[in-house]
Amino acid sequence: MTIVDPMKPAVGSWTEHYPELGTGLVSYEDCTSPEFHELEREAVFKRAWLMVGRVEQLPRNGSYFTKELAVANTSVVIVRDLDGQVRAFHNICRHRGNKLVWNDFPREETSGTCRQFTCKYHGWRYGLDGACAFVQQESEFFGLDKADYGLVPVHSDVWEGFIFIHFAPRPSQTLTDFLGPMVRSVEGYPFHQHTERYGYRVEVRSNWKLFFDAFQEYYHTSILHANQAPALASKMRDAGFTGAYYELDGPHRLGATGGSRRDRTVSLDVLKPMERLTRSGLIGPWDGPDFSDTATGLNRAGFEKWTVSAFHLFPNTTILFRGAGWYLTYSYWPTSHNSHIFEGNLYFTPSRTARERVAHEMTRATHKEYGLQDCNTLEATQTMLESGVLSSFPLNDHEVLCRHLHKVVADWVEEYQHQRENG
Amino acid sequence: MGGALLPAEFTDLEPYAEKWCLPNEPARYAARLNSTMDELQAFYDAMFPRADAALDYCDQFPLTDMPEDALHLLQLMYALIIVSFAVEAFRQPRIPDTGAAELHFTIEPFP
Repeated sequence: MTIVDPMKPAVGSWTEHYPELGTGLVSYEDCTSPEFHELEREAVFKRAWLMVGRVEQLPRNGSYFTKELAVANTSVVIVRDLDGQVRAFHNICRHRGNKLVWNDFPREETSGTCRQFTCKYHGWRYGLDGACAFVQQESEFFGLDKADYGLVPVHSDVWEGFIFIHFAPRPSQTLTDFLGPMVRSVEGYPFHQHTERYGYRVEVRSNWKLFFDAFQEYYHTSILHANQAPALASKMRDAGFTGAYYELDGPHRLGATGGSRRDRTVSLDVLKPMERLTRSGLIGPWDGPDFSDTATGLNRAGFEKWTVSAFHLFPNTTILFRGAGWYLTYSYWPTSHNSHIFEGNLYFTPSRTARERVAHEMTRATHKEYGLQDCNTLEATQTMLESGVLSSFPLNDHEVLCRHLHKVVADWVEEYQHQRENG
Repeated sequence: MGGALLPAEFTDLEPYAEKWCLPNEPARYAARLNSTMDELQAFYDAMFPRADAALDYCDQFPLTDMPEDALHLLQLMYALIIVSFAVEAFRQPRIPDTGAAELHFTIEPFP
């Protein structure tokens, strides 16, 4: 059957609309090579703005949280200082290098509230602006001036409540320049009202780009997840279900689909009893707030009925709107060439009633059922990519965003190597 | 009614309360994996028809200030949701082909 796809660009395919992508086989050696991963750490993760959390995680002056970032071989403490400014520091004491902020287990992330950071080892203290405030037995040191021993800062900035850091000594772009017009078109969405958070953090034994790929195409949806909702999956396969809109802007990507979570009457027969009972499911609660009009970029494709817009921020963050009443984020933090920490957070406006809370619970639970299938499959992919039996693969037009991710990473690595070789 | 976990109107669900009134998502998911399909089906068959009444009961109270027995009832609703995937979709406690994967929500609101 012919798939009617009125949104495809005039050139006939999404991929050819961006000729720099090419249409050839794509190499996945960037997911199996330890050498490439070492380059990627320097070329990508130390040269791009990285989203590390939300301002709601820092509710008061003095609130802080730590991020363990194996990809940069460091731990960072992010804090709202006593003047309310968000700051980031390498989590290391200036005295003899002890990790400054941790709790019970040095390698685990922590959070809390304080007025000063105090090192557990020799009691050096730092203001939340990073200045060294106290040196135990200071007179025993040799010509030591506390002013020279502040915490090592990491560049940080906040956009729409998302906290970003940058490891370069001098970032080549401001955060807003880096994000660009496509991502910035969601400015105005009331992220800050979404204080009901469901979060998880799991180590996955695959390269980080493999998980990113899984959320950049819908080609797999009616196959891998068929047993979640057999009637629905069968309809999707018959219709040749795909994403319906793709857009690239610099290193960032957008994938969007139409249809409406608020128009379920047409397809009640494919819904599960629990979805009908809770009036909720993977796409989100059917009722609840509608923030469609808060930002022009939520429905960039101009769908009459709009369901999903997934903004993939280079290098490792997704901000995903399903309908316009809630949102979720994904982050993929490499821990080696074949493993990463996957973090997911679902954000809703606070439930006012048990019924609303149960609708959120249904969405969260469905998300996990699908996510576990995605997670497990990645390990199956990683192990066989590592066999080296095959290294290049055909990607179809609805995998255009996967093609773009691997190309942008390769481009950044190439540019980094070029700069290194040419001073 | 010493030891009852649920409101008096829901004594019919009391046999399921001890097992399924659980404080968080990881505990509920573990309970599903540690159950037989017969156990999951029995809980689902008992709870599903009572869900609307349970929600109406819970909604008499402010969500953030519920009496303990109503809170237990809400926890049974959360458990019903997690159990429903095994009963309605997979016909087995574990999602097919997810043997090596784990995904536990460690951050969640109360209640």
